[in-house]
Amino acid sequence: MRLDALRRRFFGDIVNTGLTLLVLAALVLWLPPLVRWALLNARFAPDIAACEALDHRGACWGVVAEKARFILLGRYPANDAWRSILAAGLIAGSWLGVATGVLRGRFVIPALALAPLVAIPLLGGGVGGLESVPTELWGGLPLTLLLTAAGMAGSLPLGIAVAYGRRSSLPVLRGLLTAYVELARGIPLIAALFVASFLLPLFFPDGVALDMLWRVLIAIVLFAAAYLSEIIRGGLQALRTEQLDAAAALGFSDWQTQRWVVLPQVLRAVAPSLANSAIALFKDTSLVTIVSLYELTGSLGLALSGDAQWRPFYLEAWIFIAAIYWAGCVVLARISRAKPLPP
Amino acid sequence: MGASSRVAQALILAAVVGLFVLLAVTTAGHLEQRGIRSGFDFLLEPAGFTLGESVLPVDAADSTLLAFVAGLLNTLRAALPGAALALGIGILAGFGRLADNPLVRGLASAYVNAFRNIPLLLQLLAWYFILTDLLPAADAAMRLAPGVFLSKSGLSVPWWGETGFEIPEPGGFGIDGGARLTPEYLTMLIGLALYSAAYIAETLRAAVLALPPGQRLAALALGMTPRRAFIDVLLPQAWRAALPPVTSQLLNLFKNASLAVAIGYPDLVSVAGTSLNQTGRAIECLVIVIAVYLLLSLGAAAISHRLEQRNLKGRPA
Repeated sequence: MRLDALRRRFFGDIVNTGLTLLVLAALVLWLPPLVRWALLNARFAPDIAACEALDHRGACWGVVAEKARFILLGRYPANDAWRSILAAGLIAGSWLGVATGVLRGRFVIPALALAPLVAIPLLGGGVGGLESVPTELWGGLPLTLLLTAAGMAGSLPLGIAVAYGRRSSLPVLRGLLTAYVELARGIPLIAALFVASFLLPLFFPDGVALDMLWRVLIAIVLFAAAYLSEIIRGGLQALRTEQLDAAAALGFSDWQTQRWVVLPQVLRAVAPSLANSAIALFKDTSLVTIVSLYELTGSLGLALSGDAQWRPFYLEAWIFIAAIYWAGCVVLARISRAKPLPP
Repeated sequence: MGASSRVAQALILAAVVGLFVLLAVTTAGHLEQRGIRSGFDFLLEPAGFTLGESVLPVDAADSTLLAFVAGLLNTLRAALPGAALALGIGILAGFGRLADNPLVRGLASAYVNAFRNIPLLLQLLAWYFILTDLLPAADAAMRLAPGVFLSKSGLSVPWWGETGFEIPEPGGFGIDGGARLTPEYLTMLIGLALYSAAYIAETLRAAVLALPPGQRLAALALGMTPRRAFIDVLLPQAWRAALPPVTSQLLNLFKNASLAVAIGYPDLVSVAGTSLNQTGRAIECLVIVIAVYLLLSLGAAAISHRLEQRNLKGRPA
């Protein structure tokens, strides 16, 4: 019976049999060369002579060992690398903690919001005896994590405020907020980053000069908040009105109703969409390399494009950071399933 | 409406207008300090730069406006075929993820998982590296099919040329005849299509899985085979639910075409970037980009609304 079911699944009819054979043929054709390239013939030591001798018949994973600090930390000063690693560890740790359920209940939101707030002085220094490091030297994975965590921490409150504002009884406020949301959602992120890069300096009064990093963060927060506000607005619309009646019957004030009845239910209902936004933002942080901030994607280019010896092994280094992005997305997706939010 | 809410609205409006006036005054001051002229007159002056490739031939003496139009056409040239490819691959992969056959399902899932969880920019960089570094040089081009050659300098396909319909063939310095698609263009096409297709596949799968299970059971009870039930009963219903998210994915593909600037394909955003660097008219160049994308977004929203309406009408009572 079991065998019969298996047979039907793989060879049920002509179409199915054909697909099975096609996939099997592809596996037989592609898998052995892939294994040979990635493992059997591969070199794991950062030995350029051995790698060149391979002539790409095997992967040169040594490029990762050779360039690890550059790819992962960018141009951050080597002497203070521990600060950069600690900052990345704090943010990644807060994500992992929530995703695995170690951090739960009332610790979740403070942990996710505080990690980037602590990471910023840690990276920047100038306090507590840490030497100050200008923001243009921040880079690699810590910068990717910081932009994502700080971007979410900034845009979620703004998104909630905009969602409530669009339900206001004041048509002027509704109109202005609608215009903002449609504008931000209508343009590509690169356009917003160009605005941050070229236009924001023109907008600030004399004597106020924000670093590119902060300008880009402002753009990311404003961009992401528009998307988050639409998600929250959808959640608010889906909430059953009985909930409001019940809160009113219990004598809750407007504020209490929103804080203890409406928001917790809405946030829990839209948690999967919020996680999707966090994933989108995590991947989108790669675009800041276009305005010369060298996060993970940018530092990969920085590490290899100027090095004629190691540049031929770009693909191996690429696979390394693609795996990091992939893992980050998986962890973020798990956060929404962890049911972490307190009442 | 009460007097107090009218006052509140007037205050909000005054604050926003005040903010914009302040920004405008500050900006005007900065522009004057730096000696940057403003206005859109530069659009009629010679662009002073050429495009790496273009459907519309543009040279440095042509107006900047023409360069912008060529950039927009280049965006469309990558995004429209990209959208068609994405839709096709996405539908196939979406079906694959729902297939009974575990091999097919596994393959489709692996594809969707990998392509959704790696940033598009990183994927484009990999395609570009593969197309420009790993492929053989033009004088040793790979022959994929009769008259179709792939090499570092792109993909040559049969097409109408100066001498009528031409079939590419190896010549002295590479491939002669036919049309050549550049590595930059191919990168955009493949990258955009495969990335968006993974999202479309997921959308379709979700739409089919969201149908009430009774639909499938009823079809099977009526004696339909599982495949007939899928095609005749489940798909038409799922398609209706999937249409809005699929159009929004295709719109995303349009916006994502702006990543062309990172690999040097001259789309609208890269033309704006080049022109911005040449003329210093940052505000004007970015206003053009934002306006074009907003118009495209609004247009796509209107079309998708039309489609939904038509779909609702076609629904059996």
